[in-house]
Amino acid sequence: MSIELRHIWRTFGHFIALQDVNLEVRSGELMALLGPSGSGKTTLLRIIAGLETPDPVPGSAVLFRDQDVSSRNAAERQVGFVFQHYALFRNMTVFENVAFGLRVQPRKSRLSKDAIRARVYELLKLVHLEDLAQRYPSQLSGGQRQRVALARALAIQPQVLLLDEPFGALDAKVRQGLRTWLRKLHDELHVTTVLVTHDQEEALEVADRIVVMNRGQIEQVGTPDEVFHHPATEFTMEFLGSVNLFRGRIESGKAVFGPLVVDRPARLATDGAAARLFVRPHDLEINTAPNGKPSLRARILRIQSAGALVKVDLLCETGEQVNVHITHERFREMNLSPDAHVYLSMRQGKVFVEDYCI
Amino acid sequence: MARRRILPGFGITLGYSVLYLSLIVLIPLAALFLRVTGSSWEQFWDAVSAPRAIAAYKLTFAASFAGAAVNAVFGFIVAWTLVRYRFPGKRVLDAIIDLPFALPTAVSGIALTAIYSRNGWVGRYLERAGIESAFSPLGVTIALTFVGLPFVVRTLQPALEDLDPGMEEAAATLGAGRWQTFRRVILPSLLPALITGFALAFARALGEYGSVVFISGNMPFRTEIASLLIVAKLEQYDYTGAASIGVLMLLASFLMLLAINALQHWVGSRYGRTA
Amino acid sequence: MGRLAEPRWVRNLLIGVTLLFLGSFLLLPLVVVFTEALRNGLAAYLASFSEPDALAAIRLTLLAAGIAVPVNCVFGLAASWAIAKFEFPGKAVLISLIDLPFAISPVISGMVYVLVFGLQGWLGPWLAEREMRIIFAVPGVVLATMFVTLPYVARELIPLMQEQGIEEEEAAAVLGASGWQTFRRVTLPNVKWALLYGVILCNARAMGEFGAVSVVSGHIRGLTNTMPLHIEILYNEYNFVAAFAVASLLALLALVTLAAKSVVERRMRQEEAQ
Repeated sequence: MSIELRHIWRTFGHFIALQDVNLEVRSGELMALLGPSGSGKTTLLRIIAGLETPDPVPGSAVLFRDQDVSSRNAAERQVGFVFQHYALFRNMTVFENVAFGLRVQPRKSRLSKDAIRARVYELLKLVHLEDLAQRYPSQLSGGQRQRVALARALAIQPQVLLLDEPFGALDAKVRQGLRTWLRKLHDELHVTTVLVTHDQEEALEVADRIVVMNRGQIEQVGTPDEVFHHPATEFTMEFLGSVNLFRGRIESGKAVFGPLVVDRPARLATDGAAARLFVRPHDLEINTAPNGKPSLRARILRIQSAGALVKVDLLCETGEQVNVHITHERFREMNLSPDAHVYLSMRQGKVFVEDYCI
Repeated sequence: MARRRILPGFGITLGYSVLYLSLIVLIPLAALFLRVTGSSWEQFWDAVSAPRAIAAYKLTFAASFAGAAVNAVFGFIVAWTLVRYRFPGKRVLDAIIDLPFALPTAVSGIALTAIYSRNGWVGRYLERAGIESAFSPLGVTIALTFVGLPFVVRTLQPALEDLDPGMEEAAATLGAGRWQTFRRVILPSLLPALITGFALAFARALGEYGSVVFISGNMPFRTEIASLLIVAKLEQYDYTGAASIGVLMLLASFLMLLAINALQHWVGSRYGRTA
Repeated sequence: MGRLAEPRWVRNLLIGVTLLFLGSFLLLPLVVVFTEALRNGLAAYLASFSEPDALAAIRLTLLAAGIAVPVNCVFGLAASWAIAKFEFPGKAVLISLIDLPFAISPVISGMVYVLVFGLQGWLGPWLAEREMRIIFAVPGVVLATMFVTLPYVARELIPLMQEQGIEEEEAAAVLGASGWQTFRRVTLPNVKWALLYGVILCNARAMGEFGAVSVVSGHIRGLTNTMPLHIEILYNEYNFVAAFAVASLLALLALVTLAAKSVVERRMRQEEAQ
């Protein structure tokens, strides 16, 4: 089922949590809302669920499959919601937690006792918890609680599954496993899913599309490839993965950063405007001698070679400190050591020109 | 702005709570203050400054203070012992600390009188030693000590349990002896809780009636506390006089509570916890 | 241990002081109540309860508690729901106002009703015209009991429900539960021990209240005397055995209260530890 949000505003006193958000989630896709804390992503998720109401602005609407559900409360929207801290009912067993949504249905539409039982066990099997049905939430590990919360949300056969930082409270290893598992589950069930996260790796790995949010506004919507490789804004560039920043100016239509010159800045800009060049650590090259390309002189500060890539910290002649990732192979070839002077060139980078008004 | 709330029942539960609270507590209490403001200043002043009233305040405050002080000392020892040591019967003792809360004041009143009257269980020995306990200010103090006992113990216990053992260990590694550690490290960090407990016991004693009425003998100028004076005035249908003294005592206990809250707040902001 | 513990003699001294202090201040009064009640033997003890006035006092005490406890229970649940689950201006003031009866001397708690409903009070003349009595009658006793026991349930529930937050209730709402279903199946089970704790304390105070009730009751034998008031009358008539006999019932109630309280406290601690 598709979800559409139109002109969503939400203010808390003087704080603007959401500022005219418009968004479409396609039927069956897994969409990640990605942003730092305070960016409004959880508020947006809660508005979709009906746990929060948007400000009454003209034209504001929440649509499920082209139907306005703004006037429906959370109980009537039939969404599955997985809370950040799971919000399991502490006085109920795992079984009772999962059965809750089925048991509170009006009598005429409620399943029979046996049917509820069968459905709950089917779900517990799906999340691999059928042996723990009689446990209480306090007797489960974090990852198990997570899965109970998911089974509970799925029990009411939601048209939409909403997950608020689903892996936020888990340790790194459990997180990785559950992430893969969630993606697999989504591929089986194909229920429209919106997931809130502040972890860019998680979003990149799991989602079909990513919504990057910042200060209550959407910065960019796109596939993981699009947002990672073609960031539309400085914020997206900086938030997704590490970057190196060079400051420069526009001179005769080109962006100039010391010896580095980029021909086509992202936008047309007047001469003298401040420009910022973002380069990912793996898009910088280290050479022991100039190789013909425009390059910066730099001094190696520190080398960290434990890991899949070798990470090199350098101080450029222009004063910027940068971080470069190179392969172990290349590292051995060049025989680098701290304090060595090297040349940096750039494979690709992204230029943003600051608004400049006189 | 009328924003729809996710959980239902806000209007009705808040409305009901405020209505009930107003009918049972706030409006009747307003009647007390209006009674006093409705009377002339002279009437009020005559009632609250009569020599009999002054004597009653003196006794009330002195006995309450003495009772709270006794509780501060012995309550500290009791709380310390219950938290730090193991000994047989500890669990029962811990449960029975709250007896003065649970035992109706009339029962404690007659029981204390039976103990401390001239031919009572303890009173007869005190009599021989020339000490008059029941029907004297001492008796009032005994009763007020009894009712205030749980406050000091119950505010100190959690503070003692929360005390970081690392602090004492640190003091020991720095060469402090046990007594020095107690006086310089433990006592200062328990002081806010101790003062809070003292103040709570004191505030409770100011308004006490039931446990005192039997043991005091209710002699004006000698063993009559403020609550007893209020009842005496009510029995003479001197409502304005009773209300005047009542308002004065009420303000005194509000001030106490305000002071306690301020103390708690200060401790909370300074040490990041409440006493 | 060593430097981190007191010398043995200090420890023993402190334990000794504790035992002596609690023994003389708490245990002795309890022992006195039962001893004095049984001074003239079991028959005299039991005879004290067959007296009609004693029975009437017991009945009135049960009535007052029977009304005050449920009413304040409903109040406590309503107030804690509003306070813990919603945000609204003036919340802190409301919480302090709920605690107000704790800060008010029992005598004053009774007196305020005399000033409203008494003959010289606000509504006194109006009530007298219609031959209705509240002061020196049963309604006054019930009202005074409600006043002094008002905070007990609410003040147990409010902090617990605030701490538990509203996530579970939100989860229930998303799963399609109605407001009542959410309250009954999620909220209420989560606070059941605190509720019981509040009820136990509320009941003990309701049955034992003396000062407030004393002011409004008028001490009419067989009509407006509760058990504590009956004790006072018997005691002032030098009928010590009967007075202590009735007192022993209330002392038993206090002991049961303390026992129930520590059982519930243990359950609450266990639940909290989970």
